[in-house]
Amino acid sequence: MSEFAVEFRDAVKLFPTPEGGEVTAVDHIDLQIQHGEFFSLLGPSGCGKTTSLRMMAGFEWPTSGDVLIDGKVMGRIPPYQRSVNTVFQSYALFEHMTIFQNVAFGLEMEKKPKEEIIRRVGELLDMVKLSGMAKRKPKQLSGGQQQRVALARALIKQPRVLLLDEPLGALDMKLRKEMQLELKALQDQVGITFVYVTHDQEEALTMSDRIAVMSQGRVLQIGTPVEIYERPNCRFVADFIGETNFLEGTVVSRQGDLAVVSVTKLGVEITCMAGDGIDAGKKAVISVRPEKISISQAPLREQNTFRAKVVEIAYIGSDTRVILEGTGNVRLSIWEQNKTSTLDPNSFYHSGQEIWVNLPPENSLVLVGE
Amino acid sequence: MEKQRHKYSLIKVLRENQAAQGLFLMSPTNIYLLIFIVFPLLLVAVLSFLARGSYGEVAYRFNLANYVRLFDTLYAKILAYSLGVGFGTTFISLLIGYPMAYYIARAPARNRSLLLFLILLPFWTNFIIRIYAWIMILRAEGFLNSFLQWTGIIQQPLNILYTPTAVLIGMVYEFLPFMVLPLYTSLEKIKDAQLEAAADLGAPPWKAFLRVTLPLSVPGMIAGTILVFIPAMGMFVVPDLMGGAKTILIGNLIRNQFLTARDWPFGAAASMILMLLTMAFTLYYTRKAGFGEELLV
Repeated sequence: MSEFAVEFRDAVKLFPTPEGGEVTAVDHIDLQIQHGEFFSLLGPSGCGKTTSLRMMAGFEWPTSGDVLIDGKVMGRIPPYQRSVNTVFQSYALFEHMTIFQNVAFGLEMEKKPKEEIIRRVGELLDMVKLSGMAKRKPKQLSGGQQQRVALARALIKQPRVLLLDEPLGALDMKLRKEMQLELKALQDQVGITFVYVTHDQEEALTMSDRIAVMSQGRVLQIGTPVEIYERPNCRFVADFIGETNFLEGTVVSRQGDLAVVSVTKLGVEITCMAGDGIDAGKKAVISVRPEKISISQAPLREQNTFRAKVVEIAYIGSDTRVILEGTGNVRLSIWEQNKTSTLDPNSFYHSGQEIWVNLPPENSLVLVGE
Repeated sequence: MEKQRHKYSLIKVLRENQAAQGLFLMSPTNIYLLIFIVFPLLLVAVLSFLARGSYGEVAYRFNLANYVRLFDTLYAKILAYSLGVGFGTTFISLLIGYPMAYYIARAPARNRSLLLFLILLPFWTNFIIRIYAWIMILRAEGFLNSFLQWTGIIQQPLNILYTPTAVLIGMVYEFLPFMVLPLYTSLEKIKDAQLEAAADLGAPPWKAFLRVTLPLSVPGMIAGTILVFIPAMGMFVVPDLMGGAKTILIGNLIRNQFLTARDWPFGAAASMILMLLTMAFTLYYTRKAGFGEELLV
């Protein structure tokens, strides 16, 4: 067994445009996906995530660089000779075949004996809880059921890697949440490497072992969900995953993991965690998540604190969301968890109130400015 | 009095009776069908049981002689020959039309309308004129023979014109668009993702074609077959002009009975038989392929 299930080595994909030019869909990507991993490609539409997946499947061939599956350079090997299978966004079930025939298709292509096909299709349909539906046509099934058929049809080939292209995109919210957990459980059960394409950051965080965040054909950061959320390595990743506040300024000094940044508009110096490439004199932007900021009537410590005015308050049950405005019209969004059940109106902030904002140094992060 | 009249007004009936509403809304179609299809067909059906008078007029004597006469060897042969030409035309149209439709459906979207336009372009010229153009091409000193002799492929001119081959060529030429268009509609609906899924599951292109493209284009094949077969069975211009006097199809027979022999009842009987044959074939064919009326929509 090779070291990686999937590997991209400086892979590039250019598409011709109707005007005769070229557009870069995948821009020099390096990527290693481990065996048995649930790996997500996450990014906004047009970021190259689907093209990357299609290069693994063999529907697209890299313009330059290599795509390796199981240690073998794929080159121009067509999809029907690759040991990967795809669950399509539109499911792409064969409308003219029954569910049984759909799931059996892959095994028939391998010319497996009839008894084996019948047995294995039965097992797979059991696994995705569709045993009673074998004789139906895809159109007679609900969206969620069609999704399971697509999954069974791909899994029956026992692929080295299962490629999933936004497979839950067409389902409603509730079903989607259910399927997320089911997919994850299924992956644990079959132990196959899953490469999952999505633009839904919450979905990626919920399911993945590791995530690659992509934008404009490039991979910006690869890491576990916690790493991606807590230690984004650039402004785009911080902004795309979850919510965050940005404070722009200049690095005053750096010592180890900590840096002091002068936030120009607020006129304060903030000490915070610093990523790679943060040095004194550089323009920088601090990212701090709304749930990590605390607000108080009096300053909680001597540093990393400044005054701001409450602009807006939204009580949403679990949290109270507060919008603050500091000097220089700097706006901050803060989520205060409602840990008590008090009904006392005085225990809530009200708009127009002047309060103190406290940024704990270990919970805010400096990213290099653009 | 005023109230009494209102009770029977059309508006009132329509307001209360749902069935009447439907009938009323459909009436333009129903009236059209009644005048232009049902009534003429009844006329032909009745006519087919009457007899020819001595001077070519219709004699109102009920009899079955017209139908009996159709089983005469002479006419039975014409019937069988017509069926053969009908099937042949349909089959060759399908053979040529399928790759054409497939090519158009797989062409870049911006080229498709141009290609479809080219398919329909011949309809801008009168059919008879186009048939004469084919005669020019096929005759002994025509373009085809001149070209083949010039290239040295043949020494003596081929005698194609005024043979059954010429009839087939003319028929296929005329009806090809009716095969290509429904096939295109079917093929164009097949999504790329379906073929990608087949490839993904291990099907090389030719297998993906057999297992996915071909079955999904069956509705188009059936619609095209019906659209070609029915008019091909009744065609008489092509055999007249390109088949010489040698090739008589049932279409020619009917035309001759009405216009030359002035035996309208016999022509009517032949028409009825032609209609019944095509209907039987069409129904059998669609049912056999597992499609019902929804196909024709």
